[in-house]
Amino acid sequence: MSYPAVIKPQDLLCPKPGGLYCPPGDFYIDPVRPVDRAVITHGHSDHARAGHDTVLATPQTLAIMAERYGEDFARQRQAVAYGETVTHNGVEVSLVPAGHVLGSAQAVVRWKGLTIVVSGDYKRRRDPTCARFEPVPCDVFVTEATFGLPVFRHPDDKGEIAALLKSVEQFPERAHIVGAYALGKAQRVIALLREAGWDRTIHVHGAMERLNRLYEAHGVDLGPLAPATVERGKTGDFAGSIIVAPPSALADRWSRRFPDPVDCFASGWMRVRARARQRGVELPLIISDHADWDELTDTLSELRPGEVWITHGREEALERWCELEGIPARALRLVGYDEEDGE
Amino acid sequence: MRAFAHLLDRLSLTASRNAKLTLIEDFLRGTADPDRGYALAALTGALSFDAAKPAFIRKAVEARMDAQLFAWSYDYVGDLAETVALVWPAKPGANREPELSEVVEALKATSRAQAQALIEGWLDALDADGRWALLKLMTGGLRVGVSSRLAKQACANLGGVPIGEIEEVWHAIEPPYGDLFAWLEGRSERPSPDAPGRFRPVMLAQAIDEAVDFEKLKPADYAAEWKWDGIRVQAVSERGERRLYTRTGDDISATFPDVLEALDFEGALDGELLVMRGGAIASFGDLQQRLNRKTVDARLMAVHPAGIRAYDLLLDGQEDLRGLPFAQRRRRLEAFVDRLPTTRIDLSPLQSFETWEGLAALRADPPEGDPAIAEGLMLKRWDSVYEPGRPKGPWFKWKRDPHLVDAVLMYAQRGHGKRSSFYSDYTFGVWRQDETGDRKLTPVGKAYFGFTDEELKLIDKFVRDNTVERFGPVRSVRADLDFGLVFEVAFEGLQRSTRHKSGVAMRFPRINRIRWDKPAREADELSTLERMLD
Repeated sequence: MSYPAVIKPQDLLCPKPGGLYCPPGDFYIDPVRPVDRAVITHGHSDHARAGHDTVLATPQTLAIMAERYGEDFARQRQAVAYGETVTHNGVEVSLVPAGHVLGSAQAVVRWKGLTIVVSGDYKRRRDPTCARFEPVPCDVFVTEATFGLPVFRHPDDKGEIAALLKSVEQFPERAHIVGAYALGKAQRVIALLREAGWDRTIHVHGAMERLNRLYEAHGVDLGPLAPATVERGKTGDFAGSIIVAPPSALADRWSRRFPDPVDCFASGWMRVRARARQRGVELPLIISDHADWDELTDTLSELRPGEVWITHGREEALERWCELEGIPARALRLVGYDEEDGE
Repeated sequence: MRAFAHLLDRLSLTASRNAKLTLIEDFLRGTADPDRGYALAALTGALSFDAAKPAFIRKAVEARMDAQLFAWSYDYVGDLAETVALVWPAKPGANREPELSEVVEALKATSRAQAQALIEGWLDALDADGRWALLKLMTGGLRVGVSSRLAKQACANLGGVPIGEIEEVWHAIEPPYGDLFAWLEGRSERPSPDAPGRFRPVMLAQAIDEAVDFEKLKPADYAAEWKWDGIRVQAVSERGERRLYTRTGDDISATFPDVLEALDFEGALDGELLVMRGGAIASFGDLQQRLNRKTVDARLMAVHPAGIRAYDLLLDGQEDLRGLPFAQRRRRLEAFVDRLPTTRIDLSPLQSFETWEGLAALRADPPEGDPAIAEGLMLKRWDSVYEPGRPKGPWFKWKRDPHLVDAVLMYAQRGHGKRSSFYSDYTFGVWRQDETGDRKLTPVGKAYFGFTDEELKLIDKFVRDNTVERFGPVRSVRADLDFGLVFEVAFEGLQRSTRHKSGVAMRFPRINRIRWDKPAREADELSTLERMLD
């Protein structure tokens, strides 16, 4: 005599040292070490690594990985467009927009009537460079918690861009260098500047040029761009201009070519003044590609999943919030995902 | 409130003086009365609110959110006002955002009991930056790196007038300064500075260039006196108002009630504030015990009694002496001080001399007593009128040569603005034997100027090439007996300090020379410094 087996979520997805693993489907989601079969949510280097045998991701994410790691980043690619569903060993996988960066997706995993959504990194607000987050009803919602503290409430990005443009007007003799993560943030800042009416040439650091071209090939118009290079010994050309560079370049000798630069940094971490001060940032721009506290909690209130799993970030505060709201939650304590100072 | 909040936000992260001036001037130009006036009052420290005590804020926020979540937030941010500003839950349908002037006027008019509800209502209506600004305003002390002098300079820039004119009217005007802005914008006459006890902008001296200046100057044209090592003050007693000002016009009367009590005259004296015991002056370290205190107790005043060594007279009774030559003012000063019934105010004596060589000998080898701890000499043209600012020619300061030590670079920190990609702030140390007899470096000071831009590039390269560890913007640099970069450090004086591990603190340290040639092990010992203690 046998009872019908009750399927537990852990049977469908469980944390392993290599990442989040699906036993019936035999695949990993965003694994941190090389595996046979990987589902990749988005192109940031801590989620998308080279060396897997087969990679399933959106076409945009596959293109980003090929751009970053070379065409041989995996033996085999499986492109899955938003909304498309593939079945592997009886497990259905579909990719739904996560609103984080170009091509970013939530992995929706279904098996025997059970639905788990692995959101990857996500944000809820509008971003002109990528598709907007779509909520999917589910039994288990797997969330990040990068900005999982009530102090992180990102303001409207229009206001931040306006502050940048005002500063450019106030200090026409100086160059404004915006530190921005090379994938996603940089293109978003440029696109937001264009929406705010800034139509002059924006100078970009060499490390961003390829990704900028990739975004443009995917239909994101970035307007006139030029490399931030100078002839030896000259500086004056950049007075009054906006330059976008990876955050690490702000402190680098590279930035010396610009006249009395105003260091700006586009990041959710800039919400806390001590963080800005620590990095010597003169104009913090609170622009984040991650959900802030309100987005994280509003998403959970909206979805009301049976259970919440927290992958990385400030788990304890989000766990506490779930406890107060009566939503079962647990921290997976996955390792290998950066808190990403540069986001 | 929004514009004010943005101003504070930017000022708090801006290091360059010129950039700060631009930010303040733009704000004053773009903001209407009376908001800009109250903002100026906040920046110059002219506002205080008795009704608004910040203690209730923490309770108020905990009533609105989970205490554990608040505790984690506070732990992460580290600053209570900033934490509250960030976590305060938005209240849909709250009132419109208050203007700065509404906040200031309401707080001034309200009782403590009512203040709480008012403030909570404002916190509901403001955004995070606005809440931060409001909380900073309430707790006093904005701490955004703006001195009242800098704020006044921004006003001067706004109106295209010399800052002396602002300082002269400052103590006759009140927030929100409608009359000041009307004058600066050319809509009315300058406000009358004729308030009793007002500040008079001071006259400053140029540093003498020994190689160039002396051959052009005649000894007979100049008076000489010691340059005392205290702080420059202006002591005013006029129609019953007694005030003590710093040279930038900050009113420090409340810190020195003992001196204020001694201003038993009608006039305005220019002199040096010093700690004086039985007619002899004490070191600057003693005076420091009395500076920057809001209140002062009897014990401190008894242990460190303050007084004034007078060297000029600006107002004698009702008569303004500033247009008279120094020789005449000096005679009036001598008679004035002679009449005073106090020992807390004495006269800075003139030093007679025939030749510059003779004066140089005096400077190099001052007699025992007060002159031995003077900073050097002052030269004043006998015919000089009292002219605000720093005119070239009438007054010179001739400081004693600085102390020099050879120290080893230990830590370097990135600078700001133009220097933000350079390691430009240097902590240096000297050798000390530890308990086991090993020679170890102990930090003795920090300097960020004294080198050229070319030298900065070379030091920066040295720091990057020899980094041992990084802590945020700071790098520790390899420094041991066999390897290290030696700086010849110049400084003005040395005091005992319990705040520094080495037990000594330097005044005005700067890099005098970079000793690329000198082996680190040959840098100075701490014992050498200890012998230089004031």
